[in-house]
Amino acid sequence: MSDWLERTAATIAGSIERAVFTEELARAPGWLQGLDPRAKLVACLTTVMAAGFLRSLTVLLALYAAVLAAAVASRTPLDLLVRRVWTGVPLFTAFVLVPSLFLGRPPYLAVHLSVPALWSAVIFVARVGTGVSAAVLLVLTTPWADLLRALHALRVPPVFVLVLSMTYRYAFLLLHALTGRLEARRSRVVGATRGGEQRAWLAGSAGALLDRSFQLGADVYAAMLARGFTGEVRTLRRFRLRRADAWAVAGAALLAAAALAAGTALP
Amino acid sequence: MSGDLVFGLRGVRYRYHGRRPALDGIDLDVRRGERVALLGANGCGKSTLLKLLDGILAPAEGTMTVLGEPVRAVPNGEAAHRFHRTVGLVFQDPDVQLFSATVLDDVAFGPLQLGLPDAEVRERCDEALGRMGIARLADRAPFELSLGEKKRAAIASVLSLRPDVLLLDEPTASLDPRTRWVLVDLLRELGAGGRTVVTATHELDVVPAIAGRAVVIGEQRRVVADGPPADVLRDRELLLSANLVHERDQPL
Repeated sequence: MSDWLERTAATIAGSIERAVFTEELARAPGWLQGLDPRAKLVACLTTVMAAGFLRSLTVLLALYAAVLAAAVASRTPLDLLVRRVWTGVPLFTAFVLVPSLFLGRPPYLAVHLSVPALWSAVIFVARVGTGVSAAVLLVLTTPWADLLRALHALRVPPVFVLVLSMTYRYAFLLLHALTGRLEARRSRVVGATRGGEQRAWLAGSAGALLDRSFQLGADVYAAMLARGFTGEVRTLRRFRLRRADAWAVAGAALLAAAALAAGTALP
Repeated sequence: MSGDLVFGLRGVRYRYHGRRPALDGIDLDVRRGERVALLGANGCGKSTLLKLLDGILAPAEGTMTVLGEPVRAVPNGEAAHRFHRTVGLVFQDPDVQLFSATVLDDVAFGPLQLGLPDAEVRERCDEALGRMGIARLADRAPFELSLGEKKRAAIASVLSLRPDVLLLDEPTASLDPRTRWVLVDLLRELGAGGRTVVTATHELDVVPAIAGRAVVIGEQRRVVADGPPADVLRDRELLLSANLVHERDQPL
């Protein structure tokens, strides 16, 4: 239990490091990195929607392979992409599906495990895995700022984009603050502490950070007012669609259409 | 001479949420083109005074005029628009000021809020980033910057508004010596050309370089001295009473 807070500190530091690494990766040369973020966003949404409609495991695996191929062409480390996807959402999805495996139609495997329900669960996890892989690849190959601008260009309400941007920005500051508190605590603790003490300390820190986030929110709003903020968010649009971007969107649309067509014929 | 008056404060008081006064009877005139250093210890109300001068707080008591117009409440609508075209505030904590996804977005935020066309916004951003020597950082996220770079970006985000009056809150605090003096040189340049600059600081050694007038705010939260920096900085009793130096500090 004495390692629990240390693990929390390591997790926070890891989160910050990963986000910085992701930004570096998104600015590195590569196929997807060179495309217009709007084109990438549309292509990603097309892939996610196609994955969501597919019922064929074979075609889903082919679509997943296409996403991995795009990652290779963009020089994105495959192990990073696979780890980030398969240690997260799909596993959680699989856990959510566990109860339904025992409530499905016959035939059954051992302990009343329904074969049709199991097959549905596999398809569902494959869909989520493919869709999330496309989304994670988008994030890994697009600087956060460009992604926000792409959302804005695609008519996502500006206030939503601004809130998303500020949440990301200030989550970092608060994570830094929490890391500082953890390090300050570590420097003053000698020997092991009990779990209850650690939880009490963490609860106190959460309260202090909440207070700080309120203060930060008020200060940031004052800084926005000081530069004339009137409630309407405006941004500089700097994107220009090129032929390569149009090809990328067309390619994603064709792939999605082909996958949907093949999905009706293949298991 | 009154036509040159940018800020005129008489008996201004301000209090946060009913707590003890943050400002307790400030009398201050600032004229066009002046470079004023507001000196005071931590917690004496310098930041609050700058927020009042920037129109994001309004005096609870006393009278305040900005460019000849009385200010009784926080300006909004057209008045706020006019106000922020003229007066720009650089906050003490750059993390408060840099809230956008990239440095360029932050520098463009003010001009875009003023409704300027994209071409002019870009021109202003290029100018402000170039002036602060951070053009190469335009597409970087604020969290990737060092403190010195953040301070420069925060100043650029206000310079892009091209304000006639620039308010700076502790611009050189917590910086390493080289960055600090580079920033002092930049601040000196900003004050040239007739711009009014009010800088809050408790770092006395930079005052002669950035200001032609020093105003001391005492721990009783009102102005206790006002004069040329050389005279103010020579008055050790005054500096001791305002907690700007300690008995064990070497004379300046």
